[in-house]
Amino acid sequence: MSTPLLKVDGLTVETKTETGTHRIVDGVSFELQKGEILGLVGESGSGKTMACRALLRLLPSSRLSIPKGSVRLDGKEVMDLPEDQFRAIRGKRIGMIFQNPASHLDPVMRIGDQIAESVRFHHGGSKRAAEERTIELLQQVGIPDPKERSRAFPHEFSGGMRQRAMIALALACDPDILIADEPTTALDVTVQAQILRLLKELRDARGLSIIFITHDLGVVAQLCDSICVLYGGRVCEHGPKERLLAAPRHPYTAGLMGCQPAIGATGERLRTIPGYPPTVDAMPTGCRFHPRCSNEVAECSRRQPPLEAYEPDHVAACYNPVGEAAALPAKESA
Amino acid sequence: MSARRRGLRRLTGHVPQPLMIGAGILIFFIVLAVGAPVIAPYDPIYQDISARLAPPSLVHPFGTDNFGRDILSRVIWSTRIDLQIAFLGVIFPFIIGTAAGTIAGYFGGLTDTLFMRLIDIVLAFPFLVLMLAIIAILGPGLASFYIAMALVGWVSYARLVRAQILVLKQSDFAMAAKSLGFSHWRIMFRHLLPNALIGSIVFAMSDAVLVLLNGAAISYLGLGVQPPTAEWGIMVAEGQAFISIAWWIATFPGLAIVLLAFGFSLLADGLGEKLGVRP
Amino acid sequence: MHRYRFVLYRPLQLLPVLFGISIITFVLVRSIPGDPARILLGTRATPAALERIREQFGLNDPLWMQYLYFLKNLFNGEMGRSILYKVDVIGLIFERLEPTIVLVFGSVLVALAITIPLATIAARNRGGFLDQAVRVISTGGLGMPAFWLGIMLIILFSVRLDLFPVSGYGQTFLEKLHHMVLPCVTIALSLSAVLTRSLRASLLAEMQSDAAMAARARGLPENVVFRRHVLPNSLIPTLNLLAVNIGWLISGTVVVESVFAIPGMGQLLIRAIFTRDYMVVQGVAMLFAVASVLVNFLADIMTVTLDPRVKL
Repeated sequence: MSTPLLKVDGLTVETKTETGTHRIVDGVSFELQKGEILGLVGESGSGKTMACRALLRLLPSSRLSIPKGSVRLDGKEVMDLPEDQFRAIRGKRIGMIFQNPASHLDPVMRIGDQIAESVRFHHGGSKRAAEERTIELLQQVGIPDPKERSRAFPHEFSGGMRQRAMIALALACDPDILIADEPTTALDVTVQAQILRLLKELRDARGLSIIFITHDLGVVAQLCDSICVLYGGRVCEHGPKERLLAAPRHPYTAGLMGCQPAIGATGERLRTIPGYPPTVDAMPTGCRFHPRCSNEVAECSRRQPPLEAYEPDHVAACYNPVGEAAALPAKESA
Repeated sequence: MSARRRGLRRLTGHVPQPLMIGAGILIFFIVLAVGAPVIAPYDPIYQDISARLAPPSLVHPFGTDNFGRDILSRVIWSTRIDLQIAFLGVIFPFIIGTAAGTIAGYFGGLTDTLFMRLIDIVLAFPFLVLMLAIIAILGPGLASFYIAMALVGWVSYARLVRAQILVLKQSDFAMAAKSLGFSHWRIMFRHLLPNALIGSIVFAMSDAVLVLLNGAAISYLGLGVQPPTAEWGIMVAEGQAFISIAWWIATFPGLAIVLLAFGFSLLADGLGEKLGVRP
Repeated sequence: MHRYRFVLYRPLQLLPVLFGISIITFVLVRSIPGDPARILLGTRATPAALERIREQFGLNDPLWMQYLYFLKNLFNGEMGRSILYKVDVIGLIFERLEPTIVLVFGSVLVALAITIPLATIAARNRGGFLDQAVRVISTGGLGMPAFWLGIMLIILFSVRLDLFPVSGYGQTFLEKLHHMVLPCVTIALSLSAVLTRSLRASLLAEMQSDAAMAARARGLPENVVFRRHVLPNSLIPTLNLLAVNIGWLISGTVVVESVFAIPGMGQLLIRAIFTRDYMVVQGVAMLFAVASVLVNFLADIMTVTLDPRVKL
């Protein structure tokens, strides 16, 4: 296989709190090929957002640090680049869009000006050229009447339009990779579908690679080529979408699928995973999922299970994986 | 545990640095005020004709004024007046404002609306201008200053306490007190007010800075404390005539104001930090 | 479009406050003990003049009627005559308006010129030595009496360095400018002590904001993020704070005009208090109050125009 566009290896994020140092992202590894859409799936607190922030070296607080981990772009290590060189990666190689475009857009700057600012900063050029590019971008993301709308402020847009504007903003520097952090969670279903279609079109048209962060397996099933499931800051399972959805190995993946009304078998009761995700200061020993797991064996609480390959590109970290045939029913909660 | 007890608990334990320094400065000035007759090297109104406009030296560390009076001694004696200004200038508005805020917040409705309108109108006036207008009517003097201060200053406390009471009124223990059939006055002043006071006490510390500055400013303008009483604001005014030949007369009393105000600011910051209130 | 409807609607809300101001001023002046006609005209007034003023202000009628007379005179632009200057109070005030307005605007400009760099330094070095230094300086500045600060500046820049005049206002534009430097700096130093703390806090909040984070994710360097996104968003609450503090600012000019002997409204007020020129006291107090209400009103409009987020 050719060199992946992005290869993340052993990425770790630590937080310092009053109770000590905790790993909220613990040795996360995954790969992304050109034109691939990878779904990064997990419950809130699973470290999926933090892993992507760490990938851009944009941690929201000074208490957080990245003690180790490697990020290779086109086979070149970028994690040890000095800040001013790394900055050229942000926006230009890897763009990012967020769950809440209302707060991630500058409220007192016109949409067009924000996009033009990014264009000019990364590509230089005249003000006129940047304006033309801005209008072109707004058109690409499906904003009607782009010339007029580029003069609007973010609050004058609807939620869906704001997310489109945010995507246009991320595309302004023509990145190879787009990190989409739950971009559709705050939108209603029809708008959500439009945004997903737009992302797919962008992939097809420009060969954009996308890391799609979500807790919604339904969205993943529609959109992604491969899936990486995170739990408690660690990767549980990673593989191509079809294989992973058809035959999940990790009980957590299976449990997540059980929670999905559309994917679980019809007629059955909706299953939930008992218990709650662990908090950073109280991570279970061994496999972090074991207190909630229906497949628990003695080994699980003692040692962290290593990632094992079931197919060349399908890995899972479990001592007692779910069988080939069907997902093992998860415990029903009271 | 009642909110009141929790409030008290926050008073013990770790003491923030600003609080300690602020308290230190305040205690220093209190000692100066109480011990003025012992500490001050000279009589503050004794005029030594032979030592007029003497620059700072070992004999007169802060120099002397145009009457040959020792500036250091006058600064020390002034502490009595200026501490009194800060204290009384805060306490009257505090009492009036707290009572008004409690009543407005507790009864709500028309009472509240009337109080809030009045507060809006008083706040529309620039603070010092309204005070000066009141002093204009009452005539210059310290008593007028206190009355003006009380008439103008209460609004800030009233707003603060009212907002607190509105929140506390909905709390469980207020409901419980009501269901026990306690009288309005008992609920207001024994149960709600103590909890609402924390914010106003912190505010009072930062208000002391403004009161001190206002008191000194009004005396500087010649409308407060009257000469020959030694007071920092007047001393600055007296020194202004001699700035080209004797800088020390106006400088040192002002420095005393800055230091005391700094102490109050630190107290307010430290208390606010300690009690979790923004001053 | 409906955003701007409030520009029409807000002035109506001002009316009760404006009425309140007139009532308070009226009550204040009428609570002076003695014959109101004599109080308004001074002790040396002729019986004929006393009779005229009783007629004009309805001083023989009940108090509420007197208030209506007072209002009627106000609407006619009639605020009485100054005993000392023997001219209409309105005219007197207009003569004194310019220095005070220059002083207020000048101080605000200088204050912003001090505040923005200081708060920026503090916020960008959060928790560091410079941050602490700015905090100590602004806490100290908070407690500086304006009258003393003004005198210290005079001693340093006028007496020692001979750079600026000691007092007065001057005739030509340049002279006026030259005279206003120290007074403006005096007020600005006190004002920026308040503003710096507030701006620092909003800068810190904006630096942590989603919008700033997103701007960084686009690869914008920190100083561009700061200048183009953090600072503009932080200035709005600071400008509002400035408007809220307009009363305090006016109080400052009253004192500073006395320090520097500037012939403005503040000095007029102080002199009127000493000479018991009550019509002038009343006029100036009322005008200052109305001015600060209007400034707050303008600040509201400005916020709406500057900050598209504000929902009405």
